[in-house]
Amino acid sequence: MTASAPAITVKALTMAYGSFVLQQDLNFSIAQGDIFVIMGGSGCGKSTLLRHMIGLKPPAAGSVWYGEENFWELPDEERDRIIRKAGILYQSGALWSSMTLAENVALPLLHYTDLMPEVIQELVAFKLSLVGLSGFEEFYPAQLSGGMRKRAALARAIALDPDYLFFDEPSAGLDPISAKNLDQLILEIRESLGATVVIVTHDLASIYAIATNSIFLDSDSKTMLAEGDPKTILQECTNPTVLNFLTRGTGKREVRTV
Amino acid sequence: MLISVTQQPIFIIDQSQPGFLVVNLGGSWTLHTNPPAPAELLVAINNTVRSLTFASEQLEDWDTRLLIFLKTIISAARQQHIEINLTGLPPGAERLLSLAETVPEKSIYSKNVHDFLVTRIGRRAIDAYAQIREMAAFIGEIIIESRALLSGKSPFRARDFFYFVQACGAESLPIVSLIAVLVGVILSFVGAVQLQMFGAQIYVANLVGLGMVLEMGALMSGIIIAGRIGAAYAAQLGTMQVNEEIDALRTMGISPVGFLVLPRMLALMLMLPLLCIYADIMGILGGSVIGVTMLDLSLVEYLEQTRTTIHLSQCCQGLVKSAVFGVLIGFAGCLRGMQCGRSALAVGEATTSAVVTSIVLIVVSDSIITFIINS
Repeated sequence: MTASAPAITVKALTMAYGSFVLQQDLNFSIAQGDIFVIMGGSGCGKSTLLRHMIGLKPPAAGSVWYGEENFWELPDEERDRIIRKAGILYQSGALWSSMTLAENVALPLLHYTDLMPEVIQELVAFKLSLVGLSGFEEFYPAQLSGGMRKRAALARAIALDPDYLFFDEPSAGLDPISAKNLDQLILEIRESLGATVVIVTHDLASIYAIATNSIFLDSDSKTMLAEGDPKTILQECTNPTVLNFLTRGTGKREVRTV
Repeated sequence: MLISVTQQPIFIIDQSQPGFLVVNLGGSWTLHTNPPAPAELLVAINNTVRSLTFASEQLEDWDTRLLIFLKTIISAARQQHIEINLTGLPPGAERLLSLAETVPEKSIYSKNVHDFLVTRIGRRAIDAYAQIREMAAFIGEIIIESRALLSGKSPFRARDFFYFVQACGAESLPIVSLIAVLVGVILSFVGAVQLQMFGAQIYVANLVGLGMVLEMGALMSGIIIAGRIGAAYAAQLGTMQVNEEIDALRTMGISPVGFLVLPRMLALMLMLPLLCIYADIMGILGGSVIGVTMLDLSLVEYLEQTRTTIHLSQCCQGLVKSAVFGVLIGFAGCLRGMQCGRSALAVGEATTSAVVTSIVLIVVSDSIITFIINS
């Protein structure tokens, strides 16, 4: 990997709901092309951190940098310009329920490009075939299974060939096989698009399978307890909370990806 | 079929050795039987006792019912610092009791505490201020997006717009017809009783005509649409909020106001005045039915009287009102939907609140407009 400037940097970030502090003084950076996992127990603020990074909620203190730009200090249009380069897969899929899959994937293309309708149609069919859903163009989200919906949402997330991909609990609600296939898909898409991937998850199997870098958030100490490749953390970490999480409470330092 | 006769649950206190309390459990201690109260036993647990043990040879069957009984006794014994021995209990019961006593996970969430009155008032005030700010921001976004729509830069989809036009226009006709006709009938009944005394029944046509055109047509169609469409808007947008669909739009740089709110509001602004005209006509027809059948007026006579009474300016007054109502209903429905929290309960609250807000806004704005026009 080339030692280029980090794609995303988080500096001294504090997350809070009112006076209730979730996490404080988070500092980490995400390199170009990383698959970066934000892990931690339920309720530690993983998803909130993601919302700070994708512009849905300003942090209580601290900053998020995209390259050299201080994200939350930028004017609205500039923030939009950055976030347009990001594809986001929400926990529930968040496909627009009143539109077919084809319309869902086409909307960002219609909104941001001046392509001819036929070209858009071809692009949509191609993106859907990438996630194994060709032939489902005219289906509505409600007619699909949970796994298919997640994949369709992934097709929408990659509609504009994004530089950054954010995933909020991609394997939540999926059976182990679907979750593994989704991991595979994430890896392949990262390879081919060269995108920087940020994943919020607590699914150990997928953490070991795909992560190249990670941080561990803890709700008791309200800060990050570990940083680095999760496999390295597993071997070297001495913090009992992190070790407990990474070994599912067994304390055995072995990687199990299945 | 074998019918099992369950034995009554009982306990026997054995204090044959001084300082040792043995509780013999017998019978069936389940949720479907009626075990004795532990009062007698609690009296026996006093400072003369040093050790508490259990015997369960006679116990036939047990479930959580037994466990809560034991828990009462054990906590009473703890307070007296009595040594407790659980080995006489069924092994499952012993395990469950110790499981229930493991220290709870230390929680990062503080318990809900009851605040002082002043604190609560303060919180409410801060909430109210935040709500007003949110509302102002929403109005601002609507104005910005309307401007974008005029310059052709809005994500507005014509198909959505026509769908909403259909939903609040054509599909509302049956209910609007029913209500408007009945309102016409009611007005004409009320008037007929009084006017007949003076032999002036022809003026029922004036009463019904003016009543519908000036007031009731706009008001009734507004209230029906608030219940039918305002509620639907709040529920739709609220559910989209729960599903993160609105977040998905935002992060794609597509304004949810331009994409979701504007087509809904414009459909209402366009259709409510049309529905109002329709309701006016229906109300007048409803009134004429009473005029013809009960007041011995001919239909032509009745309609002619109506025609000479109503002026175009009066019709316009009703139309202006209904256009304002359309904006208000759309605004309240969409605002409540966009403010919705992330749970099924919140969607319900948003819907209710959309209807209540709409109706309050309709009635208040109606009185203001009427006051301005007539003064």
